Amino acid sequence: MAIAELTLYQQAILLLAGLIALTSFLMLGQSRLVRLVSIFALQGCLLAAATALAATVLDYPHLYVSAALSFLLKGAVIPILLQRLIHRMGLHRVMDTIDHPARVMMAGSALVVFSYYVSLPVVRHSTLVTLNAIAVSLAVVLLGMLLMITRRQAVAHVVGFMSIENGLFFAAVVATYGMPMVVELGVAFDVLVAAVVFGVFFFQIRSSIDSLNVDQLSKLSEADQ
Amino acid sequence: MSLFFAYLSVVAALMSALVALATNWRARLQRLAEAILRRWPHAHSVAARIFSETHYREFHRYSLFVLLGFSGLGALLAGLGTLMNGAVLTQILPFGLPWLSWHIRIDPLAGFFLCVLGLPLMAVSLYGPGYVREFEHGKHPLSALGLFTGLFVAGMELVLLADDAFLFMIAWELMSVASYFLVAYQHDHAANRRAAFLYLLMAEIGAIAIILAYGVLAGFGGGLTFDALRGASLNPLWASIAFVLGLIGFGMKAGLVPIHAWLPEAHPVAPSHISALMSGVMLKIAVYGFIRFTFDLLNQILWQWGVLVLVIGAASAVLGILYALQQQNLKRLLAYSSVENIGIVFVALGLSLIFLSSGQAHLGTLGLVAALLHALNHALFKSLLFLGAGAILHQTHEQSLENMGGLIHRMPKLAAVFLVGTLSIAALPPLNGFVSEWLIFQTALQGGLIESGVLRSLIPTASAVLALTSALAATCFVKVYGVAFLGLPRSHHIAHARDVQHRGMLGGPLLLAACCGLIGVLPTPLINGLGTLTHQLTGFVLPSVSALGWLWLTPVAPKVASYAPTLVLLGMAMVGGLCYYLLYRRTRLEPRRAEPWDCGFGGLTSAMQYTSGAFSMPIRRIFQPVFEIRESIEAQQAGPANIRIVALRYHFHVLDRAWLALYEPAGRLVLRLARGIGRLQTGNIRTYLGYSFFTLIFLLWVIS
Amino acid sequence: MAWLLAILETLLFVGAAPLLAGWIKRVKCRLQNRKAPSVFQPYRDLLKLYRKQPIAPHPASWIFRAAPYIVFASTVLAAAIVPLVAVDLPTSRIADIIVLVGFFALGRTFQVLAGMDIGTAFGGMGSSREMTISSLAEPAMLMAVFTLTMSAHTTNLSQAMNYVLDTGLVLRPSFVFALGGLILVAIAETGRIPVDNPATHLELTMIHEAMILEYSGRWLALIEWASQIKLMLYGVLIANIFFPWGIAQDFSLTTLGYGMAMIALKLAVLALVLALSEALFAKMRIFRVQEYLGFAYLLSVLGMLSHIILETAR
Repeated sequence: MAIAELTLYQQAILLLAGLIALTSFLMLGQSRLVRLVSIFALQGCLLAAATALAATVLDYPHLYVSAALSFLLKGAVIPILLQRLIHRMGLHRVMDTIDHPARVMMAGSALVVFSYYVSLPVVRHSTLVTLNAIAVSLAVVLLGMLLMITRRQAVAHVVGFMSIENGLFFAAVVATYGMPMVVELGVAFDVLVAAVVFGVFFFQIRSSIDSLNVDQLSKLSEADQ
Repeated sequence: MSLFFAYLSVVAALMSALVALATNWRARLQRLAEAILRRWPHAHSVAARIFSETHYREFHRYSLFVLLGFSGLGALLAGLGTLMNGAVLTQILPFGLPWLSWHIRIDPLAGFFLCVLGLPLMAVSLYGPGYVREFEHGKHPLSALGLFTGLFVAGMELVLLADDAFLFMIAWELMSVASYFLVAYQHDHAANRRAAFLYLLMAEIGAIAIILAYGVLAGFGGGLTFDALRGASLNPLWASIAFVLGLIGFGMKAGLVPIHAWLPEAHPVAPSHISALMSGVMLKIAVYGFIRFTFDLLNQILWQWGVLVLVIGAASAVLGILYALQQQNLKRLLAYSSVENIGIVFVALGLSLIFLSSGQAHLGTLGLVAALLHALNHALFKSLLFLGAGAILHQTHEQSLENMGGLIHRMPKLAAVFLVGTLSIAALPPLNGFVSEWLIFQTALQGGLIESGVLRSLIPTASAVLALTSALAATCFVKVYGVAFLGLPRSHHIAHARDVQHRGMLGGPLLLAACCGLIGVLPTPLINGLGTLTHQLTGFVLPSVSALGWLWLTPVAPKVASYAPTLVLLGMAMVGGLCYYLLYRRTRLEPRRAEPWDCGFGGLTSAMQYTSGAFSMPIRRIFQPVFEIRESIEAQQAGPANIRIVALRYHFHVLDRAWLALYEPAGRLVLRLARGIGRLQTGNIRTYLGYSFFTLIFLLWVIS
Repeated sequence: MAWLLAILETLLFVGAAPLLAGWIKRVKCRLQNRKAPSVFQPYRDLLKLYRKQPIAPHPASWIFRAAPYIVFASTVLAAAIVPLVAVDLPTSRIADIIVLVGFFALGRTFQVLAGMDIGTAFGGMGSSREMTISSLAEPAMLMAVFTLTMSAHTTNLSQAMNYVLDTGLVLRPSFVFALGGLILVAIAETGRIPVDNPATHLELTMIHEAMILEYSGRWLALIEWASQIKLMLYGVLIANIFFPWGIAQDFSLTTLGYGMAMIALKLAVLALVLALSEALFAKMRIFRVQEYLGFAYLLSVLGMLSHIILETAR
């Protein structure tokens, strides 16, 4: 259906889908780590809002719990953890230079078009109203991976990984009305544990090679240079 | 009737070529005239005056260009006649091969391009006599210039009239080779010879591609006439092969990136009126060839072709104008700008192909009309700009923008005409460049009707690239006009330049400027007149172009978009006039002249103003990955411990990336191949005997 | 009758532009805790300039003298085609939004030529920077326009406003992004902070001011007025395309009065937002402007993509 024929709540979900894609692009172009984590927190909050709206539209109360959980974890706990990590390592003044921002942005746009092309067969035969947004969720996953590829600082890699998980969660909300509660809780705690483990490993890496630049990890190889 | 005018124009061009040979035959012609006209004393005295020492040169020069003018007028009348009655006239001439005579055909498409040829040619014929006067006493013979100009024009006209592949290729080669001699006219500089050689090489490679394309079609069609080629039924693979060959061949002549390298080399080298003809007309002949091949001869259109043409056109447009912004040589800048405008024409053609392949005949026709209109507009304003650049060169012998400045005070009439050309090419309302760009945007905006979502996102991106191109074109030509004509003169001989004295040298550009203004203000009759053309090519006529009357241009529907350039001009004139009256006439405050603001230091010189390179420096920095920039500073030091700098030299070159990535490797490969094959020639007589020996053995074996 | 109404609306537009400039200055001053001049001060400034004798520098040609009239005429014509109080006026059919961009380009071209006419470094610098910024801003603006026209299926401004009015309150992602892109482009094109400081006279920071440095008297009055009209134009475009509720759809006196009140309210709110952003942000250095405009272009592209992906029926 064209957007003019949907109800206001359904339009709001599609609007939030667009804004989530915008946050993915903003993360691609952001070179300061503190702001990167803030935009990631914003993405988490938008995701929670979209889930809550979907709960209102589709009348599934368990999605409210989902929304609260994702707001707590992705909008509050993990960003606070990452910010504290950044400040402790003294990375809050470091600029992670992006090589060619224009090319990265153009690659991002191409990925969005590609994910739209790929998701066409899925959407064509569905009557679900919010399924239009599945292309956006696939795009968020791909943009998260692009973020991991184009960055040198390890903290940005973590944010990219988390944003991939955001995209998968959004796909679940949009396509299948959320995941079963057990799966939901399991994935959420996995992500939390991953964040803690990342934090521990960062200190380990930094004490080995004295920086968090992943290009320097090749110093660990013992072959003659 | 149209066919008669077309023949007249070809004959007039050939006669101009023949008359050119008579440059040095004054004495002979005088004796001949005396012998023939002895009986009629009145004619005898006229002839004596013409062939006298003092008048012959001028008469000869004028007759060359008067004949060219008749050629242009004939082409224009033939074209208008064909467009108005939409008839298709064919004829078979008794020249050519025994089994394949020359087929001639004039239809609305050829008629339109005859108009595109005729108008700049008439302007050049007005401009020419004043311009070539300085070549009379030069190192190179004027007869060569006149001969090859006539052959060049005749070749272009025959290309438009050809109805079989054989005559087409003969005329194409005549056009290419004659223009090679024109580009190589001032061959005493090695750089000019090199440019001419590159031009000839690329023209021939393009011709080979075109011959192969016709060959593919003829293989399936069984004959070389265009009617036989039209009836050829090809499977999509072979049609695509033929299309790609045609795109390469015609694109090489039209100047699409990356096969455009000959354009910026050949245009600055040729005499200015020839550059105007090459850039204004010859590139459009290549566009005509592409349209004829794709829209008329190939009877199927695939959407992939449209996407390919769209992408190549957009790349040519944006790269052409970016390189144009970095040039300091005025004619080289205009050549790169031609690359940009041809890119825009191909963007419109690509949109048209995409729409036609998905069955939207209405929008495909609109795209085709936009492309044709832009081709005509470019012919007009680019010829105007080249003729203006030629006038500056003629008066000041200066081609580099870095030395010009303040010419509006020394050459006011030329400056006014050049301003019209600048505003047209910058696509500003209410002139003609804006109308064709507006039509292309309207075509692109209807892209929502296509079903494929990927194409629906490609088309707005291409139109955003087009928007970037037109904004950069405005920047480029504002730079040209501002640096060349405004401000203070940057060199001595520019400060003492004199205005153009010859009336024709102003008249030619003035004619083109008038056409630019006329098409800009009244585009609707012209677009309506293209109805016969689009009916022939796509079977569709734009129905609602003037749904609200001749004042309004409504290409799709009145509710979708409308533009009334006449009312815009009227509105601006009214507001401007009212302001002028209220502010100037009522207050009677005359402006006072004073020094410009100099921060209190005084001593402003012309070296303190922005140069052409400085004006485009921000664009260069922003788009740096596009250019290959070689910058170096040489400092000559002297004195104790070499601390004193006595001389400083700054080198700055902007190289074409396509040249380094495509042409130099191709050149090296050809040289390597040639060296490898050259090993066959050892110079040893025994190996040559051995070659003959082994050939003899091989033939004996084959025969047995 | 409709033409008369159109002319009256244009006069109202042109006459109210200095009032908007005065209101913006007043809000900015109050935000900076200063005592503000009266909202009618721009009118007094224009009158003062009108009465002074203009001075033309020695190297200037007729282009310098004619440019203010051409700039003003093209801006007034642009004001005639943008619906201010009522849609469906006959002047809005003369040109559509692409021609509007063309009018701005025409005014800007002559202003730039006038800047280069003087032969000083200031003029060349202002002209070069202005053309660079506008060549990056134009694709962003046209892309935002395309996003709108893909929904409304028309480039005619009053038809587009009618479309948005007819479909009611619809939350379109593409409109949200196009609004963001258009606001960023509007700030760049009208020369406000963070792209250009309209109140500066330091050569390192001037763009617009550098081009018009030599103008005085009635020429300066025309150019100042034209830039005030341009600011109001962008404000009216943003207010009436994205939030057109309240605009008069017929020509009765009550609807026209209501339309005038609504547009005045919308422009006042927009002026507040502009003044706030000017107070909060600092001016960017010139080579950061390309990132800013690249971001505007990104927003417009995202708007177009979200229209195709999220909004159209399959």
